[in-house]
Amino acid sequence: MRICGRAWRLGDDVTTDHIIPGRLKYSVASLEEMRRYVFHDLIPDFPELVRPGDIIVAGRNFGYGSSREHAARLLRMVGVGAVVASSFARIFYRNAVNVGLPAIEAEVEADQWDLIDVDLEGGVIENRTRGSTFRFKPFPREILEILEEGGVEEYFRRRGRLPWG
Amino acid sequence: MTMVEKIISSKIGRFVSPGEHVVVPVDLVYAHDGTAPLAIEVMENLGLREMKGRVVFTIDHASPPPNVESASSQIRMREFASRWGVELLDAGEGICHQVIPERGMVRPWDVVIGADSHTVTLGALGALATGVGSTDAAIAMMTGKIWLRVPETIALRIEGELKSYVTAKDVILEIIGELGSDGANYKAVEFLGSTVESMSVDSRMVLANMSVEMGAKAGLIPADAKTIAWLKERVSGEVREIGPDNEADYSSIHTFSAEEIKPNVSLPGKVDEVVPVEEVEGEDVQLVFMGSCSGGRFEDFMGAARIMRGRRRKESTRCVAIPASKEVYMRLIDSGLIKVLLEFGCLIGPPTCGPCIGAHMGLAGPGEVVVSTSTRNFPGRMGSPDSRVYLASPLTAAASAAAGKLTDPGRFLG
Repeated sequence: MRICGRAWRLGDDVTTDHIIPGRLKYSVASLEEMRRYVFHDLIPDFPELVRPGDIIVAGRNFGYGSSREHAARLLRMVGVGAVVASSFARIFYRNAVNVGLPAIEAEVEADQWDLIDVDLEGGVIENRTRGSTFRFKPFPREILEILEEGGVEEYFRRRGRLPWG
Repeated sequence: MTMVEKIISSKIGRFVSPGEHVVVPVDLVYAHDGTAPLAIEVMENLGLREMKGRVVFTIDHASPPPNVESASSQIRMREFASRWGVELLDAGEGICHQVIPERGMVRPWDVVIGADSHTVTLGALGALATGVGSTDAAIAMMTGKIWLRVPETIALRIEGELKSYVTAKDVILEIIGELGSDGANYKAVEFLGSTVESMSVDSRMVLANMSVEMGAKAGLIPADAKTIAWLKERVSGEVREIGPDNEADYSSIHTFSAEEIKPNVSLPGKVDEVVPVEEVEGEDVQLVFMGSCSGGRFEDFMGAARIMRGRRRKESTRCVAIPASKEVYMRLIDSGLIKVLLEFGCLIGPPTCGPCIGAHMGLAGPGEVVVSTSTRNFPGRMGSPDSRVYLASPLTAAASAAAGKLTDPGRFLG
């Protein structure tokens, strides 16, 4: 599984409230309508500018905060192909796997708009703009299978059972 | 063994070590109006046939609903709950992490899964309680199980006696400031030591509650005679004590001296940028919020009343007080504290998470400075992205409302 897209460069401690602010989440009923508020306070025009496959490259503790799965789902819904961060908050990480959004723990050097290519099975990230490559510890088989199916719901639809027994 | 290792081992009938992946039976799964609607959607997509084990829904994040969107998703929760036999704690009953223990729905040695990050609060009663998203909650509701990686445990020892105007909130802010917002990521923490032993159950819940702000998967406190006595009034059947073994293996041990802890605040925007209040005293405050799963318990209001009694809030500072549950609200009435709060000038709301997650009942406008007893102060969480929120104890909140500016409660109580 390969993911290729432009880098969106973000810093440390990007919270779930940055991804989808609570005050907007509680005034909008459907995920579909919430799409236009992704990164509302941080990058207001993100939903218009993001292109399918784009990759978020962030620092420490990405997804810090709420358990709201909407954060991971919405990133996937607007087209984000993967999030690469030096570390993730644990609930966000689980949510990302469950909804089929690759959350990759890696130290990657990239500037905004650099072209990034991720080889999920091989554990290699290539910054094509810079011509540099970075490695990450490949996912355990169980997680890779969920990601390849596109999340737990898709996994269940195709295999007729839930992962993890 | 640590508490987490003991609980998981007893659930699956063999000894476990940190790093292992295990599938664990759960005693209780809950979700609220912010996360249950998505869990319902997931369960329906997965072809729900039955609910396994104890499932509880609470309507507590935006209750009563401030808009048609919230009202609609709450209707959906009620319909689903009635169809599938889910216990429903409807609007007004209280915040899940407060009302679930109050109703005796959790006991030591339990494994509890909640679709809310602050589920860790229940670790104060010696349960392994952890927050998950809607899909994980949905699977736990349908199967009665969850997969977990057995976490390493960090020991947090707090020893000695706190000053009379220093609270559990100041202690947990001190710890978060020390460890950082990801200092316990993927790990469990245990709160130990003489300071914790002498704390009430209300105070212990404050410690466990904010362990997620340093990334912890669970925050546990030994269930001792005090815990058992608190639970005996609420649960039937056996309630067993739990604590770590003397030779428990911790990934690290941090020790804090209670005497050295001062009233603390988290600086706006960052839970883990913690400084003593005295270092930032004097900034004008427009809004004080007392409430949430972190600061809306009876003890919190009792503490605030020590400052509020016989005083008035500064006219330029609004003060919103929201009891965390109906039980807390009734105790405020029975004890007469409700009158102290009203005479001080508090606006009292019905039990709800409300402003803590920016939903309703006291949001901050542009440029406003807030002192809040809630859990988080991320930019824009309590309202305008241009507001600035300090997290503080109920005493600091009350002192700041009385003075109209950030104020160390030691000035009133020292």
